[in-house]
Amino acid sequence: MPLFDQLCNFAYWLTRNREEAEDLVQETYTKALRGFSSFRLGTNFRAWMYRILRNAFLTSRTGLKATMTVTLDPEEDAPELAVERETPETILIARSNWQLVQSAIDELPVHFREILLLCEVEQMSYQEIAETLSVPIGTVMSRLSRARKTLGERLRQKMKGAEQWSASLGKQN
Amino acid sequence: MVCESWKTELDTYLDGELPSDQMHVFDSHLRTCPSCAADALARVQMKRTVQAVGKRFSPSPEFRARMQQRIAMKPRRTVAGFAWMMATAVIAVVVVVGLAATYLGRQRAGQEQVYSELADLHVATLASSSPVDVVSSDQHTVKPWFQGKIPFAFDLPELQNSEFSLLGGRITYLGQTPGAHLIYKVRKHEISVFIFQEGSLRGRWDEEYPVTKELSFNMETWNQGGLRYCVLGDAATADINNLAELLKHAARS
Repeated sequence: MPLFDQLCNFAYWLTRNREEAEDLVQETYTKALRGFSSFRLGTNFRAWMYRILRNAFLTSRTGLKATMTVTLDPEEDAPELAVERETPETILIARSNWQLVQSAIDELPVHFREILLLCEVEQMSYQEIAETLSVPIGTVMSRLSRARKTLGERLRQKMKGAEQWSASLGKQN
Repeated sequence: MVCESWKTELDTYLDGELPSDQMHVFDSHLRTCPSCAADALARVQMKRTVQAVGKRFSPSPEFRARMQQRIAMKPRRTVAGFAWMMATAVIAVVVVVGLAATYLGRQRAGQEQVYSELADLHVATLASSSPVDVVSSDQHTVKPWFQGKIPFAFDLPELQNSEFSLLGGRITYLGQTPGAHLIYKVRKHEISVFIFQEGSLRGRWDEEYPVTKELSFNMETWNQGGLRYCVLGDAATADINNLAELLKHAARS
């Protein structure tokens, strides 16, 4: 089955529930097979499959719930300003901190989570992401930038929390 | 702020999305700018971490086998058949272009797509581990459950002295329009009843092109009281018609 493992992984990140992810993948293949005639030759097959999965997710209960809590970002298409960032990246990255990164991604709003995964995990080009999400490339760039920035901020908070926690443990001992 | 303009483009550079001439310029800059080089290194590390962490979920062997089995059951839809289907699609496109897609044809295609979507919903729901959200054979339990969840109300038939039994219901969506999805059982067949607001479907239904059979499912659809009903399942045509009559009678009374 083409893209099966990748779609399962993406579905799980979206739903964060194994059963729902499996239902979503099943629905995606059912729709892809039934609606294959709507696939335009010469267009990107991978983006088409991901788009089906994403649309199915957005119309599911979990998807509606996730998207209803997302605030609209009026600056979606505005250019991202260069910001001198503190880099949690430099302190992190050891394997022991993977769990922190995982939970930070988990906590991202769904529109940030999905774009980050499509770019970093699925290694999609901006064009492919634009096709998958049905948004212009400019939006892909600004949303991706905000997603990374938000992830960095979340990680910084988590690192701080973890440090305070280990400090309090040290005092107790 | 050091190298502001470079850092704006740093992510785009690392994603390999800058035009090739700018990529070369960026390469040269990184070799001479420790600040940007350090930032680039940190971002690359982050990208790699997200990539590794992101590969989190693998499908279980049972799920993989189940999916393969489901797809293998439909010869036209096997994975190997994708190429074959692609060829079929090419021929279809050529034929359609050759004959010029008339308005009539487009209408019918749209209509069939709606039925296909409903058939998908029916199949996907029954294949789900929890097909219904309200589990009850009592219409007086199932009907009020939808209150406040969908923007309309409907009546369900009394099923005493009939072969049908109600299994429950769930919220469904067709083209982002919320609706009710009820599941009935007759003998060993499960039948889906979909109810949507006619107006919200924006003319996606056209009585002029009735489809009574879709992908081997039997179906009946009608508009009553501003609601669009669709009864769909693999049961016999007579069963589908009988359930449709019960629903029509309930909606009238």
